[in-house]
Amino acid sequence: MRTKVLLDKKGLERTVNRIAHEIIERNQGVEALSLIGIRTRGVHLAYRIREKIKDIEGIELPFGVLDITMYRDDVFKLKSPEVKKTEIPFDVNNMTIILVDDVMQTGRTTRAAIDAIMDLGRPKRIQLAVLIDRGDRELPVHPDYAGSSYTANPEEEVVVRLREVDKKDEVVVVRSQ
Amino acid sequence: MKWTKKDLLGITGLSKEEILFILDTAESFRDISRRDVKKVPTLRGKTVITLFYEPSTRTRTSFEIAAKRLSADTINIAASTSSYVKGETLKDTAKTLEAMKPDVTIIRHSMPGAPHMLAKIVESSVVNGGDGAHEHPTQALLDLFTMREKKGTLDGLKIAIIGDIIHSRVARSNIFALRHFDTEIICCGPPTMLPPHLEDLGVKPEHSLEKAIRNADVIMTLRIQKERGGVAYIPSIKEYSTMFGLRKEHLSKAKKDVIVMHPGPMNRGIEIMDDVADGTSSVILDQVENGVAVRMAVLYLLLGREA
Repeated sequence: MRTKVLLDKKGLERTVNRIAHEIIERNQGVEALSLIGIRTRGVHLAYRIREKIKDIEGIELPFGVLDITMYRDDVFKLKSPEVKKTEIPFDVNNMTIILVDDVMQTGRTTRAAIDAIMDLGRPKRIQLAVLIDRGDRELPVHPDYAGSSYTANPEEEVVVRLREVDKKDEVVVVRSQ
Repeated sequence: MKWTKKDLLGITGLSKEEILFILDTAESFRDISRRDVKKVPTLRGKTVITLFYEPSTRTRTSFEIAAKRLSADTINIAASTSSYVKGETLKDTAKTLEAMKPDVTIIRHSMPGAPHMLAKIVESSVVNGGDGAHEHPTQALLDLFTMREKKGTLDGLKIAIIGDIIHSRVARSNIFALRHFDTEIICCGPPTMLPPHLEDLGVKPEHSLEKAIRNADVIMTLRIQKERGGVAYIPSIKEYSTMFGLRKEHLSKAKKDVIVMHPGPMNRGIEIMDDVADGTSSVILDQVENGVAVRMAVLYLLLGREA
């Protein structure tokens, strides 16, 4: 097992800050903007982006948590994965929603997340922010904001560790021999 | 935790962890029923059959709504409109239905053990929707879900179950489930309606309604099971109602925040009076709402089981 560090603590912080700035720039402010994190690590990233936007703009954006299990296309291949709660305490109608995930690969999670949000209403638009885009897409979806890109080999796994759940901040590539 | 069981035949056979797993899963499914779009695609392409040999409004409808909200296809068969009236046996009906490839069959039958027999002869999942006076597992699960929702925890609760205990599959399944927790369970009714050996289940028998509900956190009232001969066990409905019918003035004996439950259908004016059934302590309609969420969780877990 060999590991390579893609982002260390400082690098991860800079990347999150840059994404926050890009979101504000692209949307020309934060009006009618909201953040929804995909469980588990997308939630913590979304929260960090929200804090950064608050620092810059002085506004706390509406914040939601999305569990996509019920919308997965492989739900029964995974043998009843635990379904956790979706908590979106605001009206998604006419909102610009920034969907946040840690690693993007096939695009299937994003597809499920979009479907889940659409069942809650009709947002004005949905944008996607991911920390790492590791390529290998199986569906035609792409991030609007990508922290960094890394074209991983099939035997490589991109692991995002966040202090809220993993006690440290880093992104590493783990290669199984 | 991973679910491994093919069938849900009773609360007996479920571990405490499995019970909690169903309740926790139901928490996530409950929100779907409160949205504008009350549907998720999770069970798309799955087929759920309800096979009911006894009348039912809420259980059958609840299962059907649960399945539909998960995008499964549902087919309802009532005994009165099935080949049962032409003399077909349960086994043959089961085999015939199995050939149409359902994924889950929910059965209600007056014979205890009918779901268990069905589970042995079909490959698809079987859920017990009530078998005679034996078990009604999804009712107990939704009752526990409601108690936990209202009280925050099941541990430490004092629960009084009032009525025709001997004929009640609801009481039986609730006792089996509540025993896993640190609860005090009291069953109250006329001596003829309390089964012997309740103490062996950790349940305290009681013949005085006022004593039974003293300091109770939960009061569960049950109707007299006329279809199982319940009326023959008491001198008269009127006397029963006088001694065991739950009235508003009784509630002051219980804890201040007591909740009153009833699995339905209610016989108003007999085991429960209007001012209790429609009063602020009543959670009877919460039970119905939670029933859908619990049944969604059961269908989801059974269909995704780890073989």
